[in-house]
Amino acid sequence: MTHQFPALSPEQKKALSDIAQRIVASGKGILAADESVGTMGNRLQKINVENTEENRRAFREILFSSDISINQSIGGVILFHETLYQKDSSGKSFPALIKEKGIVVGIKLDKGTAPLAGTNGETTIQGKKRSKYDHDCTVLSSTGLDGLAERCAQYKKDGADFGKWRAVLKITSTTPSQLAIQENANTLARYASICQQHGLVPIVEPEILPDGDHDLQRCQYVTEKVLAAVYKALNDHHVYLEGTLLKPNMVTAGHSCPKKYTPQDVAIATVTTLLRTVPAAVPGICFLSGGQSEEEASLNLNAMNQSPLPKPWKLTFSYGRALQASALAAWVGKSENKKAAQEAFRKRAQINSLACRGQYVVSGKTDAAAMQSLFTASYTY
Amino acid sequence: MTHQYPALTAEQKKELSDIALRIVAPGKGILAADESVGDMAKRLNQIGVENTEENRRLYRQVLFSADSRVKKCIGGVIFFHETMYQKADDGTPFVQMIKDKGIVVGIKVDKGVVPLAGTDGETTTQGLDGLSERCAQYKKDGADFAKWRCVLKISDNTPSALAIMENANVLARYASICQQNGIVPIVEPEILPDGDHDLKRCQYVTEKVLAAVYKALSDHHVYLEGTLLKPNMVTPGHSCPTKYSPEEIAMATVTALRRTVPPAVPGVTFLSGGQSEEEASINLNAINTCPLARPWALTFSYGRALQASALSAWRGQRDNASAATEEFVKRAEVNGLAALGKYEGSGDESGAAAQSLYVANHAY
Repeated sequence: MTHQFPALSPEQKKALSDIAQRIVASGKGILAADESVGTMGNRLQKINVENTEENRRAFREILFSSDISINQSIGGVILFHETLYQKDSSGKSFPALIKEKGIVVGIKLDKGTAPLAGTNGETTIQGKKRSKYDHDCTVLSSTGLDGLAERCAQYKKDGADFGKWRAVLKITSTTPSQLAIQENANTLARYASICQQHGLVPIVEPEILPDGDHDLQRCQYVTEKVLAAVYKALNDHHVYLEGTLLKPNMVTAGHSCPKKYTPQDVAIATVTTLLRTVPAAVPGICFLSGGQSEEEASLNLNAMNQSPLPKPWKLTFSYGRALQASALAAWVGKSENKKAAQEAFRKRAQINSLACRGQYVVSGKTDAAAMQSLFTASYTY
Repeated sequence: MTHQYPALTAEQKKELSDIALRIVAPGKGILAADESVGDMAKRLNQIGVENTEENRRLYRQVLFSADSRVKKCIGGVIFFHETMYQKADDGTPFVQMIKDKGIVVGIKVDKGVVPLAGTDGETTTQGLDGLSERCAQYKKDGADFAKWRCVLKISDNTPSALAIMENANVLARYASICQQNGIVPIVEPEILPDGDHDLKRCQYVTEKVLAAVYKALSDHHVYLEGTLLKPNMVTPGHSCPTKYSPEEIAMATVTALRRTVPPAVPGVTFLSGGQSEEEASINLNAINTCPLARPWALTFSYGRALQASALSAWRGQRDNASAATEEFVKRAEVNGLAALGKYEGSGDESGAAAQSLYVANHAY
């Protein structure tokens, strides 16, 4: 505490800051295409497509071979490990395909959650393989940072410039506990510190699940506490904030809350929370969509960017389901649907680009896939 | 941590937020006139004036008689307890004189530093006992904000983790109690300029201290929109051989704040900490012209840096009162411009304005 032992040189800081700024450049957000094998299985099952490596590759190719103009809306793409090493039909690697559009490549670095003993089903993140107990989240906790430095160094060589690590908290009458908040904040900070040592911008994702019947105020309160802990931990671990991004949940009511709120309610609650907890040095906040429908996720983001509250950071998106649902539904596993799927993706990307400038004007009807809630109970990887 | 038990109603929050915004309205800052009896002794000693209650009253009268020009540049005045209950020659209470100018009245509520055993001369600040009752009374007597000063110092092994944690915690308790009584807490975690450390060291320590302060405020459920921060600027130690420009000080200061002070905080009112009057104005101006984005008001809460010229013009003589008041108004206007980034400097390097006001190891 008394003396600084600088973690990064000025050159390293500049490199990280430049990457972060490129990802959240005006009108741009992130495509979260980092679904694990298991999660991709869920997606593909919904459109009756078999979860094979080739099908996963084929769908990602559809997204990544979009016309270069997609780079007006997409500043970064997060990949799963397998995908980083896949190629398109012409043999070009996916990282190369993405980078030649001027889009930054990112890599998911966590490998899912592990239980915290003595808690009410709470979790922390590990970097190791899941055990059969993970689904229940009732067994012993474990670490997860082992070998992360070496993995980061390798991913940087292989084309990644940012990382993503998801921590999960949930709201019930007894959670999140002090331990869960503190442990997840600490782990996120360790991950962030290691990333920066290897030239990767860490996206810090402390997701508070939308499961439950709590109201908007409760979510706001919990989010404020969680984010305050996250930023204290980042400071304690000497993380360079200008070279990070935050990927939080929006502040919303629980999914089974009887009370309904407007996008403006969500916007005010979310931005207020961020103003109270996220230092202005953080260049961008890229929201997760967390089960919101494509349209809901865009409307909420738009409302935030239209709100009269000050916004010293970019407010943009890092959407998985909320960018891909229509594309998946258009594809249904058939190569002849490629153009239709790309068009569906391009449309959502463009809408979200408008939303992150507060310029999205809803016109006419929105189609069924866009409105469908993408909520999956107790969403884990 | 799981459930909210709201500390304040919506009405209470609005009242606090309104007060805070009035104090740091564009172009306005704070006159810190809250010197304790002991501090006043030092000031009056320097101009050969006896430290009596009457002399302290006469001196504050010099400041508070300033004309309406100060309305544009002074948003708040911090009082010491004694001064809250003093009156001008014509019987007008000082509190009323200030409020009649549309300026918010504040009160120093801490009771000075006490040692932290087992540390290298570090301290915490006392004053929490009965604080709630005192705040309630001060609110009735006209105060709408308060100030509490904690002190940290930089040396080879300080500030320690204990000192940072304890001072952050006591500041958060104080802030919480104030807000319960309708009083906006100014949170002052001063890192002394004593020492030969460089600018970077001060920046590093300031970032650590402020991160701890805001974590404590969050833990104690303090409503940030109804608070103000009174930090040190980030500067080198007073005996540091390297000299830095106002622009370097500005960049280091604003960078540290951007990394630690949530944008919800309406204003940051810097202490002058021994800088000369002119230095404090020039640095504040540089802070307000710094190219980094600044989501809070950045203004002044100056004691010595607003009063030095006035004190030396007064020298305890009634005949000098208007000249002394004029000196104060001049500094107030200059700092009002600096708070807008519009001050171009005096060009005058001599006299009281440039004289270093540094007092070794400043404690109340």
